[in-house]
Amino acid sequence: MFSRLLSGDLPRSRMLTLLLLGVLAALAFAPFLFPGAKALNVAAKICIFIVLVASFDLLLGYTGIVSFAHTMFFGIGAYGVAIAITRLGPTWAGVAAGTGCALLVSLLLSLLIGLFSLRVKALFYAMITLAVATAFMTLASQLSDFTGGEDGLSFKVPELLSAAFSLREAPFLGVSLNGKLLSYYLVFTATGLLFLLMLRIVNSPFGRVLQAIRENAFRAEALGYRIVVYRTLSNVLSALFATLAGVLLALWLRYNGPDTSLSFEIMIDILLMVVIGGMGTLYGGVLGASLFIVTQNYLQDLMKLASVAATPIPFLRDLVHPDRWLLWLGILFIVSIYRFPFGIVGKLRLKARPPA
Amino acid sequence: MSEPLLQLQGVHTHIGAYHILQGVDLEVPPGEFTILLGRNGAGKTTTLRTVMGIWSASEGSIRFEGQEIGNLGTPDIAQRGIAYVPENMGIFADLTVHENFVLAARGAKRSADMDPKRLAWVFELFPALRKFWQHPAGLLSGGQKQMLAVARAIVEPRKLLLVDEPSKGLAPSIIQNMVQAFRELKRTDTTILLVEQNFNFARQLGDRVAVMDGGRIVHTGTMASLAGDEALQQRLLGLSLASHQ
Repeated sequence: MFSRLLSGDLPRSRMLTLLLLGVLAALAFAPFLFPGAKALNVAAKICIFIVLVASFDLLLGYTGIVSFAHTMFFGIGAYGVAIAITRLGPTWAGVAAGTGCALLVSLLLSLLIGLFSLRVKALFYAMITLAVATAFMTLASQLSDFTGGEDGLSFKVPELLSAAFSLREAPFLGVSLNGKLLSYYLVFTATGLLFLLMLRIVNSPFGRVLQAIRENAFRAEALGYRIVVYRTLSNVLSALFATLAGVLLALWLRYNGPDTSLSFEIMIDILLMVVIGGMGTLYGGVLGASLFIVTQNYLQDLMKLASVAATPIPFLRDLVHPDRWLLWLGILFIVSIYRFPFGIVGKLRLKARPPA
Repeated sequence: MSEPLLQLQGVHTHIGAYHILQGVDLEVPPGEFTILLGRNGAGKTTTLRTVMGIWSASEGSIRFEGQEIGNLGTPDIAQRGIAYVPENMGIFADLTVHENFVLAARGAKRSADMDPKRLAWVFELFPALRKFWQHPAGLLSGGQKQMLAVARAIVEPRKLLLVDEPSKGLAPSIIQNMVQAFRELKRTDTTILLVEQNFNFARQLGDRVAVMDGGRIVHTGTMASLAGDEALQQRLLGLSLASHQ
């Protein structure tokens, strides 16, 4: 039953199983375990990035395609909902219309990019996607009547998801049962379903062909598989999942702007999360996203404590000053990539593998 | 001789600025084992790759079952029933042996969809593959990888098998296993075009032989006549069977 739910793709390492169960439990009970708006925001962001990173891994890790347009599809999803709700009002019909239109736009764009560009060499494809993504970001900033320009769009969500909505007067285990909590569980549930769907895809015969193409495209062709078709389909699927992650982001933040969903910084973050977690394994997305976002949000707080503790030693105090958090973040990532060249999941699975 | 299953006429192939095949004429009769011999750089691998459409012929005709295939893409050529075992084995290292099989049996979504009799026969030829069925193919030894590469090509009945230097880099005992497996395969009347530099290996299997030099076929005939003519071996290959054993 459990194996079937995970499409037969079990973690295959006791340590990895424990880590994944830990993340699952932390996310499932986040509102109760970690009170406060910041903690809930971090948990929701982890959920959204799990979908985003796993969808990018479908492209990079499973098919071997390097694309820089992934945030573009993420942005299309977020803008789709933001624009639709701004125009149609904060209704479920608005959410559905925005999601539907965003999926359609992403489908057409990814299909076009795939069919016209996936025949070229990997580096050229990466450059084409970079150019398209940059053009789209500029367009989103310029079309201010439609997208809110640099300021972005703030909007209301359907009443059920608004903070004003209350499911019960009295708090449950100290937590108010309001629309924000429902929003979180909507994001959490959607993440779970989308993740399981992606697991099903990569473990299907289609996913197996994608892995064969990644390893040896010529050989896959010689077996009779049309690699352009498979690569394009992978590109489309990856774009659609990124779009849905964008929809979740917009519903959670009730705001969208170019820096929130389209920026190149997010693209770099996704790349780092995939590499740290482990390419070619969707579980890597879970660990990569969790580790990265927690570090990004709490390293500065941790360094503040360390800096206070190190007050008697001026050099050490300056070294761990909270202003230097980006330096330490960089060092941490270099060390983790050096320590786990196949990512955390790759390393754990390698350790657990029985000798041949 | 019956109508050839594969026929190359005046095939030229350019790779970048290099003119590799310079008018190859070759016929592969059905049900026979044809060996393509020649020195390094003679154009043997390029011939197989050109038949598979991996490199396009710039001139000439390639006919399979009487139909022109020179203008088709690699997947279309494979779907007509031609299997290719490349020189570097071309296995999918991150996938298990089982997954490599399922990928090769294109109609199958899982091993249960494969013909069990055929699978049992493949396991008889290469017993090690049954043992390592759920292991990642990348963990197999060189010989086992070569077995997997050949097994993958025959897991479904194919009309023509193109095999590139199956003995390359293998230990003598593994080479003998491979010879046995190809002998078994020969009994099923599978048509095979095999590129080889190891003349001793080729001699044990071939019905017919074609020798390449400088991008052209310079000799065709039966393997028996070449194996029995040391002077011809010296002239064509720069070696004799006696010195190669």
